[in-house]
Amino acid sequence: MYRYDQIDKDMLADRSEEFRGQVARRLAGELSEDQFKPLRLRNGLYLQLHAYMLRVAVPYGSLNPDQLRKLAWIGRTYDKGYGHFTTRTNLQFHWIKLADAPDILDALASVDMHAIQTSGNCIRNVTSDPYAGATSEEIDDPRVWAEAIRQWSTVHPEFNWLPRKFKIAVTASAKDRTAAKTHDIGLNLKRARDGVLGFEVMVGGGLGRLPHIAPTIRPFLPATRLFSYLEAILRVYNRHGRRDNIHKARIKILVAALGAEEFARQVEAEWEKVSVSADLPDTELARIRGAFAPKSFETLPAVSEAFEAAKLKTPAFARFARNNLKPHKAPGYAIVEIALKGIGDTPGDCTAEQMEVVADLAERFGQDDIRVTHEQNLVLPHVRLDDAPAVWTALAAAGLATPNMNLVSDIIACPGLDYCALANARSISVAQNIARTFADPERAELVGELKIKISGCINACGHHHVGHIGILGVDKKGEEFYQLTLGGSAAEDAGVGQALGPALPYDRVAEAVDTLVDVYLRERQGAERFLDTVRRTGVAPFKEAVYADVH
Amino acid sequence: MPTFIRLQDGAFSLAEDPFTAVADDQQIPPGDVIVSLARFQTEGGGLLSEGRQVGVRVESHEAVEALAYDLPEIAVVALHFPKFGDGRAYSSARLLRERFQFKGEVRAVGDVLREQAGNMARCGFDAFEPADGSTVEVWERAVSRFRHVYQRASDGRPPAFEARGG
Repeated sequence: MYRYDQIDKDMLADRSEEFRGQVARRLAGELSEDQFKPLRLRNGLYLQLHAYMLRVAVPYGSLNPDQLRKLAWIGRTYDKGYGHFTTRTNLQFHWIKLADAPDILDALASVDMHAIQTSGNCIRNVTSDPYAGATSEEIDDPRVWAEAIRQWSTVHPEFNWLPRKFKIAVTASAKDRTAAKTHDIGLNLKRARDGVLGFEVMVGGGLGRLPHIAPTIRPFLPATRLFSYLEAILRVYNRHGRRDNIHKARIKILVAALGAEEFARQVEAEWEKVSVSADLPDTELARIRGAFAPKSFETLPAVSEAFEAAKLKTPAFARFARNNLKPHKAPGYAIVEIALKGIGDTPGDCTAEQMEVVADLAERFGQDDIRVTHEQNLVLPHVRLDDAPAVWTALAAAGLATPNMNLVSDIIACPGLDYCALANARSISVAQNIARTFADPERAELVGELKIKISGCINACGHHHVGHIGILGVDKKGEEFYQLTLGGSAAEDAGVGQALGPALPYDRVAEAVDTLVDVYLRERQGAERFLDTVRRTGVAPFKEAVYADVH
Repeated sequence: MPTFIRLQDGAFSLAEDPFTAVADDQQIPPGDVIVSLARFQTEGGGLLSEGRQVGVRVESHEAVEALAYDLPEIAVVALHFPKFGDGRAYSSARLLRERFQFKGEVRAVGDVLREQAGNMARCGFDAFEPADGSTVEVWERAVSRFRHVYQRASDGRPPAFEARGG
């Protein structure tokens, strides 16, 4: 794992000092709220319905136990004893006092953490594959590039005041766990036939009011030229992105307006003029790469007797192993998914005690490594199969072992009307109702992979457009209604879902999902997932069933 | 008279502004002037032939490329910030310095706050008209807030990756 050197630490300290001064000037009335707002946003501080919210960056979703313990401590000291992991792999504290914010930032800095550029019209926290360094699928470790991008984008002098927010994801596997195509820039590591490392560059994805799947503007960019190319993309966007309408200011609108081909042409023309000195020297890449050197894994048999015995003895563990353990590149190891989606839980919420349990497990059994996923779960990427039963026992005791990875109750939901000033409708309780409807793990497993994503308004923080089932909260004359879409995906088979029909009232949503699942079970052929069936049949049979009793 | 701060050879100082900013509907006064890009394109040749110093004010939506051939004769490019959140002028400044090797003054005018001072200095601005009452001391402190930088830009500061190598 990358450790901050003195330069990285100084950056955090200087930033924290700067923000302390800005908060003091705001409290003294020297800065207007209009002037202060973009400054506090660049430091992760939002004003929500009830209080300030602080969004802490978790760069490429990677945490060590000390960091997670510090987050637990902050949650207990300055918040209500918990935090909320987001679809950007960040952690949000929802009950913060403005005057405490500088002290919290200092506490974060003490464990090499920060809230820099987690909001505002700038380059946001970079995300990556939560299985990086653990999966055999990857071409290269995407964290090397994500860390390099983190540094490059931090307090970037030219791109700190963009038309709108800007999100970058880096993945290195054919199976995309980063939702790369929904990002402003998605980078997919590839190897050319001659072995040269490079990126497929996708630009102009994004959700919000107008969902776009990012088109590829360059199928292969030599990896060593990444930063000059990023500079070219950002410069074209900074100069030509719309600034007259906040809803049309994302790069996706520019790419769509110009067409991907013309946008690519402009980027290439700019790139030709950007100096190669904008690229990172090999020495720095090597330094960062060294920090992500492969862990030393023990030589273990591929089959663990302790693990096999525990599965036979304890069906609940066997179910957890089936759903939450993923193949590791080293024999005798597994990737363990930790569910922050217990039945009836708020998706992504994690109590201080739970954070401490996970930190302890990472220390004892997981090589000090913890990941956050964009699907709002946690991961222990390196666990010996021999230790999996002990890990499961501890997780289960902390309410963290729900065996529902990628299943119907593994729902993404934004904070919604319970917290957010923008929301039209609740998201969390809709997720809870659906999870309760599918509380029977037997049935959930029978249904198989099904990604439900819920947003409380059209800003789409819950990624509803790309849910296999998407649910969007709307306001109809003061009542909460929900628009359902089918067939979306955020993964390598990305696509925007299609509307099912008229919006449904709050109390009919879980029941409608139940009906959709029944139709799928009836219609599915062979090993089709829900998504495959919807894409084959179209929405018609689903629509008919959900609206049957309306007539 | 607004505060006018200059950055020369790494030092900040309060300066007298020898230029008069002239609006498009104003008569050109005697002496050194800053005019709009449109006005420069029609009247610039004449003004320069009168032996005075001429500066050009470029709006954030205007492309500095339009000045490329005239830059050797221009004393000042004043990049306008209509709102402090409008970041286009940072790209304009870098292009002037790095692509066109402009050696004259690049001035920040409009909604110019100390929060932008560091970004501006890094992108090659060397003259500032702060709109928030910043003193030279405040401005200098804001510019030197960060002891390190992660990127190469127009100011020649060695980025972290270079400092680490050395």
